[in-house]
Amino acid sequence: MKPTTLGAHRKAARDALTEPVFEKNPIALQVLGICSALAVTTRLDTALVMSLAVGVVLCLSNVTMSLLRDVVPPSIRIIVQLTVIASLVIVIDQLLKAFAWGLSRQLSVFVGLIITNCIIMGRAEAYAMQHPPRLAFLDGLGNAAGFGLVLVAVASVRELLGAGQLLGFQVLPLVADGGWYEPNGLMVLAPAAFFLIGLLIWALRTWKPHLVEDPEV
Amino acid sequence: MSDPRFTTRYTLGFAAAVCVVCSVLVSASAVLLRDRQQANERLERESRLLAVVDLLAEGERASREEVAERFARHIRPVLVDMGPGDPSHPASVQTVPAQATVYRVVDGERLDALILPVHGLGLWSTMYGYLALEPDGVTVRGLSFYRHGETPGLGAEIDNPRWRALWRGRRAFDEQGRPRLEVIKGRAGPPETDPHRIDGLSGATLTARGVTHTMDFWLGDAGFGPWLATVRQEAR
Repeated sequence: MKPTTLGAHRKAARDALTEPVFEKNPIALQVLGICSALAVTTRLDTALVMSLAVGVVLCLSNVTMSLLRDVVPPSIRIIVQLTVIASLVIVIDQLLKAFAWGLSRQLSVFVGLIITNCIIMGRAEAYAMQHPPRLAFLDGLGNAAGFGLVLVAVASVRELLGAGQLLGFQVLPLVADGGWYEPNGLMVLAPAAFFLIGLLIWALRTWKPHLVEDPEV
Repeated sequence: MSDPRFTTRYTLGFAAAVCVVCSVLVSASAVLLRDRQQANERLERESRLLAVVDLLAEGERASREEVAERFARHIRPVLVDMGPGDPSHPASVQTVPAQATVYRVVDGERLDALILPVHGLGLWSTMYGYLALEPDGVTVRGLSFYRHGETPGLGAEIDNPRWRALWRGRRAFDEQGRPRLEVIKGRAGPPETDPHRIDGLSGATLTARGVTHTMDFWLGDAGFGPWLATVRQEAR
C-alpha cells in the first residue's frame, strides 16, 4: 500500500470516529434520537447507562450491517436492518435483566425502545451500508460518543436543577430538608429537555458557524 | 439484471435466513437466561417485602443468601378470601381475585406484622406497592411502592423514604371500621393527634389522590376489608 493511501485510510478512520462528536453530532446536527434524549435525561445515572447501551447496540449493528452490505438484497435492506437491530436490543435487554437487574429496572422500557432510536437505523443506512466493518465500528463509537455527550450534558443540568442532585448525591441542599434550594419542577418534565437541547444546538452553531444551514429562500 | 441480489428467489432466501438466525439468537438468550432473571425478580420481591417491615434497612445491601434466609425465617405467605372488587372505584382496579396472597411477618411464634400487596392508578401509571399493618390490623407499619411511572421529582416522591416514614403509626380504620387513610394537601399533624391523614406531596396532588384511592379500595369491602375485619376481631 502506498503511503498516501495509508494516510487517507488513517484520515477516514479518524473522521469516522471524531466527526460525529461535534461536527456531525447525531442529536445536535442530525437531530436523531431526540425521543430517548427526552426520556432518560431526568437523571445522570440513567443517561450514562442509556448512552452505554446505545453505544453497544450501535457498534454491533453497524458492524453487522457492514458485513452484510454486499449480500443484502436492496429491496429488503431496511427491514433486514430493523430485524438485526431488534434482535440485538432484545438480547442485550435479556443480558441486562440477568446480570444487571438494578440497571435494567431503572431503564425499564427504554432499553426496548433503543430499537426505535433513529440514530441506529440512521447510521446503518447512511454509513454502514457503504463502508467496511472497521470504519463502521468507528462510526458507531463516534456517534455513541456524540449521543452520550449530549445526554450527559442535558441530564447533568436536569438532575442538578430539578432535584439538586448529581448521580443521586445531594449537591444543592433542598428547602424541604432545611437547605436553600427550591427544586425547579420544570426540569424534570420533558419540555425542559427540549429547551436544553435547543440551547445546546444554538451554542454549537455559534461556536462553529459553518454548521448553520443556508436560509431557505 | 445479472446481480443475483435482485432476484426474487435470492431475496426470499435471504429473508428466511435472517429470520432463522435472529430468532435462534433471541430465543436462546431468553431461554438460557430465564433462571437467572427469575432469581433476580424473586430476590427483589423478597427484599421489598423485608424492607417494608424494616427487616432490611434502607440502603442495606444484603447478599442473595442473607435475603433468602431472612425471608424464610420471618415471612409466611398466606392466601386470604377477597372482597368482590369494584371496577367503578377511582383506584381503577379492574379485577380482584377470589383469593390473594398476603404475608404474615413472624418473629418466632409471635405475629409481628401483616403485609398487603396493593395497586392503583396514579396520575400516569398504575402504582404497585406493599402496605404493612401492625398485628392489630389497624395501625400502619410501613408503605412502599416498587413500581410506578409517576413524574420523577414530583409524583415519584411516593418512593421517598422521608415521606413513607410519615405513614408509620397512622390508623387505617376509624372506630366504625371504615378505611380512613388520606393524603391531604399541606401538612398533617403527628399520628397521635392526626391519626388518619398524611402530608401531601407538593406538585403531586393527583398522584397523592391516587394513593388515597388505592388505600381506600384495598382496605375497603371491595378488597382486603372483609379479611381485615376478622383480623381486628381476633386481635381484640
